[in-house]
Formats: sequence, C-alpha cells, structure tokens
Amino acid sequence: MSQKPRPENATALVTGASKGIGAAVAIALAADGWNVGVGYRSDKEGAEKTVKAITDAGGHALAVAGDVSDANGVADDLITKLEEEFGPVLALVNNAGITADSLAIQMDDDEWDRVINTNLTAAFRMTRRAMRPMLKARFGRIINVASVVGPRANAGQANYAAAKAGLIGMTKTVAAEVAKRGVTVNAVAPGFIATEMTEDLPDTILDVVPAKRVGTPEEVAAAVRFLASDDAGYVTGSTLFVDGGMSA
Amino acid sequence: MPETVTPEAVETTVREALVQFGPEADDIKLDATFEELDVDSLDLAELSQIIEDEYGVKLKGEDVGKIKTVGDAVDLVVQRAG
Repeated sequence: MSQKPRPENATALVTGASKGIGAAVAIALAADGWNVGVGYRSDKEGAEKTVKAITDAGGHALAVAGDVSDANGVADDLITKLEEEFGPVLALVNNAGITADSLAIQMDDDEWDRVINTNLTAAFRMTRRAMRPMLKARFGRIINVASVVGPRANAGQANYAAAKAGLIGMTKTVAAEVAKRGVTVNAVAPGFIATEMTEDLPDTILDVVPAKRVGTPEEVAAAVRFLASDDAGYVTGSTLFVDGGMSA
Repeated sequence: MPETVTPEAVETTVREALVQFGPEADDIKLDATFEELDVDSLDLAELSQIIEDEYGVKLKGEDVGKIKTVGDAVDLVVQRAG
C-alpha cells in the first residue's frame, strides 16, 4: 500500500516568498506543477517578481499578502484566497522568519517575543489551518524551514535558536499526529545560505562549514521540492539539513 | 448558513463522516463506542471540523474527550446548536 499521488489543482502556500529562500522555494514548487501562493508581508514588489518568474516559466502563482505574526485570522485569509483562486491548499511551507539578535543578557522581551511569534507561533497557526483541507484530501505536505541554529548554538540568537529548535520539535509531534492520513510534516534546516539575512556575515563563518562555501537558496529549495513531492510520501517527522556539512 | 439541527440530521452527518474513517455502516449504532468502532482522536478531530462546517457548532478538545459513543456526539451537537 503506497501513498496516494498529489491530487489535481493542488496548491502550495509559501510564506515569506518575496525574496531569498522563500522565493526560490516558490519557483521550484511551481516548476514541479504546484499552483503557488507567494506569501508576503510588505514587499509587494518582491512578491510580484516571484510570481512573474513563475508565470514566465509557464507556471501558476498568486501573490497573497498577510502578516503571519498577526493572530487575527491571517492564516484563514491566505488559505481561503488560494482555495478560491486555484483549489485546495495541500502544501504549506512555513518559511517566513525574522531575526532580532542580541546576547541573552541584553535581549529585551520585545526582541524575544517578536522572533518567537513570527518564526514559531505563526508556523503553528498556519499549520493548524492548513491541515483541514489536507486531512480531508488524505494528502498533504507541511515543510517547516528551520535552521542549523537551534540544534547548534549561535551566540546572539537565543530567540532565533529557541524558535527554530521549537519548530523542529513541533514538526515531529504534528507529523506523528497526522501521518495516517497521508499528510507528511518535515523540516528543512539550512546552514549559511546566500541571502539578505546573511549578507553582512564575515567570511570567517566558513571556518565551521566543511564545504567551505555558503549555500544557495536554490539548494534549499531543491530539498523542499523533494519533501513536497510524491517521492517523499514515506518521509515524515524528519529534518533535512542543507548546510554543507556544518552539523555533521 | 447552518443546516437545520434535528437529531436525525445530525445523526446522518455523524454516520456519513464515521464511514469515511473506516467503520462499517451497520456497526455505527447510537450506543456504539468510538473505541469499538476503532475511531481515534484524529478521526474525532476531523468529525469536529465537519460538524463545525455543517452546523457552526465548535467542539473543543475537552468536549471531544468527553464523548464516548455515537449517541453522545449527536446529543452534544444538538445541545450546542439549540
């Protein structure tokens, strides 16, 4: 008995897809035949650019605005919009994330709360809402973009590390809850990837990366694409590290 | 708009949902326990979603923990919708 294949008109929602890893993930999923919701908070231009890259290549995409850190029904809005445009949302990539770095001794409540709220709590809310159509369809793919930071220490990022480690914990438990319905839940843990979030980091960070280079958003997107595919139907509750060997 | 909430209508909705989860239609009697029917907590969570969509009645985790039989589920929905 194997996993049923992806239904027709299946749609994927990628949060934080106006740039960086999120944009690359949106493009990769569209290339694999998903209709894609390109989620963004305020960078409408970036989101439209991602949509254009997808439609120029023959795919289907829609930019959908919403601040995932806002508790008030944003998850429902985003998913409903996509259901109306394309069809059931059967893949969710929780990629939206922020940093607010500070040593723990100096970190204030607001810096802690904001990062936990956007990087972890928002992912929970999105997951809770997204599971409804997935359970009905007996098919679903939830992919949480975590980080090597979390499992691994990174001074100045206690909030980020807590959120990302929390995301991995949540991934495992939710995976166990819904596995019998053909819904897989996995995490991807990028290392140092060449995006805006890491552009100011010094080259010395490569000292701890066996591959001696930063990764590309496309390399992370390829991992997400696999986990969202029919081929990954028996992969669930796992974390796929895309980090050039950093956590080996 | 919520459907008319009669015990008969709710029973039909609950039966149709439970059949999707595996039990044989003939086994779904009002006094049958969810345990006997091999209906687990995820199935009941999904049943709650169907009931919410159909009748606008929200069943929380603690409600679902208290209902043991098909009849319990029907009674609770009728009570909450009334």
